[in-house]
Amino acid sequence: MIAVIDYSAGNLFSVSNALSYLGIEHCMTMDADAIRKADAMILPGVGAFPTAMESLHGTGLVSTICAEAKKKPLLGICLGMQMLFEESDEVTPCKGLGLIPGSVHRIPSQKVIIPHMGWNELEIRQDSPLFAGIDLPMYAYFVHSYQAFCDNRYLLATADYDGQIPALVTDGGYVFGAQFHPEKSDEKGLQMLRNFAEVTK
Amino acid sequence: MLAKRIVPCLDVRHGKVVKGVNFEGVKDVGDPVACAAEYNRQGADEIVFYDIVASHEGRGTFLDVVRETAKQVFVPLTVGGGISTVDDMRQALRAGADKISINSAAVKNPKLIAEGAEIFGSQCIVVGIDAKRNGKGGYSVYANGARIDMGIDLLDWVVEVERLGAGEICLNSIDTDGVRGGFDMEMLQAVCARVRIPVIASGGAGKLSDFADVFLQTDATAALAASLFHFGELTIGEVKADCRSKGIAVR
Repeated sequence: MIAVIDYSAGNLFSVSNALSYLGIEHCMTMDADAIRKADAMILPGVGAFPTAMESLHGTGLVSTICAEAKKKPLLGICLGMQMLFEESDEVTPCKGLGLIPGSVHRIPSQKVIIPHMGWNELEIRQDSPLFAGIDLPMYAYFVHSYQAFCDNRYLLATADYDGQIPALVTDGGYVFGAQFHPEKSDEKGLQMLRNFAEVTK
Repeated sequence: MLAKRIVPCLDVRHGKVVKGVNFEGVKDVGDPVACAAEYNRQGADEIVFYDIVASHEGRGTFLDVVRETAKQVFVPLTVGGGISTVDDMRQALRAGADKISINSAAVKNPKLIAEGAEIFGSQCIVVGIDAKRNGKGGYSVYANGARIDMGIDLLDWVVEVERLGAGEICLNSIDTDGVRGGFDMEMLQAVCARVRIPVIASGGAGKLSDFADVFLQTDATAALAASLFHFGELTIGEVKADCRSKGIAVR
């Protein structure tokens, strides 16, 4: 059972639709007990960082999520991935969950169109069970204006957008984050969600 | 490298696709869910559902189509037609849309762009614009299905749209729409040069090379077409193969 954390994030239902389609048992929940009992967690998210952190704090789940992330897999998606880091300066400086060392800032290039919107190719930096059964090249669907900045050791994949954008990250343990939307990245994105469900077993 | 997007648009009336072709394997050509699944199979990068009636009574049926599609097609879905309030946006997003396209409502009430961006995020607010040459060397913005000249200059409007927080612009040239002689390169590039948000080219695609041409000649990041794909004259795969052969990155 995967607990999809419900703090009114916009892509909550897309994530749930994708898991249902794949036949992966899950629930959308804001209940700490349900999260403790689940085999894994998914943190969705779209919109602005401080608003999302405020909503997440509003559920009272932050300490539970951080404690459980030491024991079972957690996948943050899009803004949910950015929230795994220590802080962001989107709109106003704001603390994140601090599960992966690093911070979130606006995409620095002055040459590219912002937001980074559309399908970009993943460049694999480290092997991971999340890539199982996926034939390269893999294009994934991105839509964001801010990006993570972190040490290379946390990078599983990046995307080239006049600079390397962290696309798939990990803390080296149970915590994973996808800047792109696997739930909107067609067959290969679905395969990645399937792989995440396998990791939980 | 970011791929250029090919975006089919499905015009929906009373829960059915307006006109349509016999896709192999699609039994009901009028079934929007089946058509969206077929476009997905062909490699569509996003799919747009446009409610051409946009009546209050027909809204539920239209949103049911979006809801069903979102359960089986996992690429971004955009919903347009008749969205004029934040509540309309919320309903469409809850039904499974990833983006909302607003057009006339944004021209008449620009605050709607800012409100939508504030609540749901810029990434889901697409501003559709119908524009036409004004005979004085510029372009005018039209509303109500490209029928009413709003007396607004296009290049001023796109700057305003970006400032208000739109995540994307879908630019339809009334001059080239339906003519099938290619996209309006001049108008598109004028807009691309003014804004930093992505611009989707719409209106005028008539043949295979039109898609590669718009990507080679303008900074548009996506190209949209309806009838060309509806009638099966071209598949999305054919369009992508042509782009790829000309060195354009596509998925």
